[in-house]
Amino acid sequence: MATRAQFEANVMQHLDAAFNLARWLARNDADAEDVVQEAALRAFRYYDGFRGGNARVWLLTIVRNTFYSLHASSAAKMTESYDEALHERADEHTPDPEALLSRASDAAQVRAALERLPSEYREVLALREFEECSYKEIASITGLKIGTVMSRLARARERLANELTGEETSP
Amino acid sequence: MNCLEARALLHAYLDDELDAARSAEIAQHLSACAECMVRYRALEKLQQSLRVSQLRHAAPAALAARIRAHLPEETRVRIQRRSWRWPALSAALAASLLIAVAIAGWQAVQLRAQGADALVTEAVSDHVRSLLASHLIDVRSSDQHTVKPWFDGRLDFSPQVKDLGAQGFELIGGRLDVLGDERVAALVYKRHLHMINLFQWPANGASSEEPQEQTRNGYHAIGWREGGMQFLAVSDTADLNAFVQDFRAAAPLRSEPR
Repeated sequence: MATRAQFEANVMQHLDAAFNLARWLARNDADAEDVVQEAALRAFRYYDGFRGGNARVWLLTIVRNTFYSLHASSAAKMTESYDEALHERADEHTPDPEALLSRASDAAQVRAALERLPSEYREVLALREFEECSYKEIASITGLKIGTVMSRLARARERLANELTGEETSP
Repeated sequence: MNCLEARALLHAYLDDELDAARSAEIAQHLSACAECMVRYRALEKLQQSLRVSQLRHAAPAALAARIRAHLPEETRVRIQRRSWRWPALSAALAASLLIAVAIAGWQAVQLRAQGADALVTEAVSDHVRSLLASHLIDVRSSDQHTVKPWFDGRLDFSPQVKDLGAQGFELIGGRLDVLGDERVAALVYKRHLHMINLFQWPANGASSEEPQEQTRNGYHAIGWREGGMQFLAVSDTADLNAFVQDFRAAAPLRSEPR
């Protein structure tokens, strides 16, 4: 059984990272808090299996699994069922840089655009841009291959740019 | 490098996931190609706007307290669940959640339980990936006295770095890598046109193990354990056995344990 002191020192310090990922996945505070609480308790249970690798990556993996498990309707997204090949190079045009620049400086617009993206895009962007995870860490957290992480991130950014510059979807 | 190649790697360049040589090629292309440069600037701006946007959510202060209040004090305590928000979470589903988390959450347990098989497979795909593009070398040097100190600041163990130039295995550098969620040192040696990745990390337990060879998709992998370290060499060269023998026989560069 893990001691609470070890758990505090290694895992609880990553609570902000855990909450940020959960919040971008769940898109509301209450569900995100429940996901993190559930994930933290699971992490504590499984802490004996944690062998001193990257505690943040380990916790984020559990947070992600917990989110997809609790939100059963999204559970299919947990696996690599999303067909990357179908989306390959679907979006080759460059968004108008000037429109992008003006919209991108408005945090509220960026937030709204991000929240309109599918969860598989939200999670890689949250991990890369807010947690500054490496591709390898993202691959470990999401269970994706590293090449898939790279291509998914590329498409996530293209979609985000298009959301920012394109027509607004009705609220 | 043409535009097509550059664009395929633009995101990896933005994210600093390319090795020095590739980065230099991209930088060179960008300085010569206005169209790709516009594209890159837009990506860069998008990334910056995300990072300065304060859109990262911080955990509410009350959440940590709530979690601490729920942490069990003894071994057999049920996980508390706020079932009103997710009603009808059946016992079967709960059990499958635990299994899913146990499996996906911590592969190292699995790896140790199942033996080195999965690890070898991962090491081979690491080796292949390191050759493909992104990330063969973090520190480029044939000098063990450069490579070793580079690692010492970045890992909580001190990897063995040996000069095997006389034996025909040229040290070309090293990088940090991850195997089974453990941070490992990867040394890169070269024999003619063949690359060799030598992974090493602290072994659990003191026992030594003689080299054992496995093959995966035409790649050779030889693992062994000695001096408290686990080693795993991966390459497509048939000389990997000789490499392992020479590495083990060569005098290590000593440094103080950290």
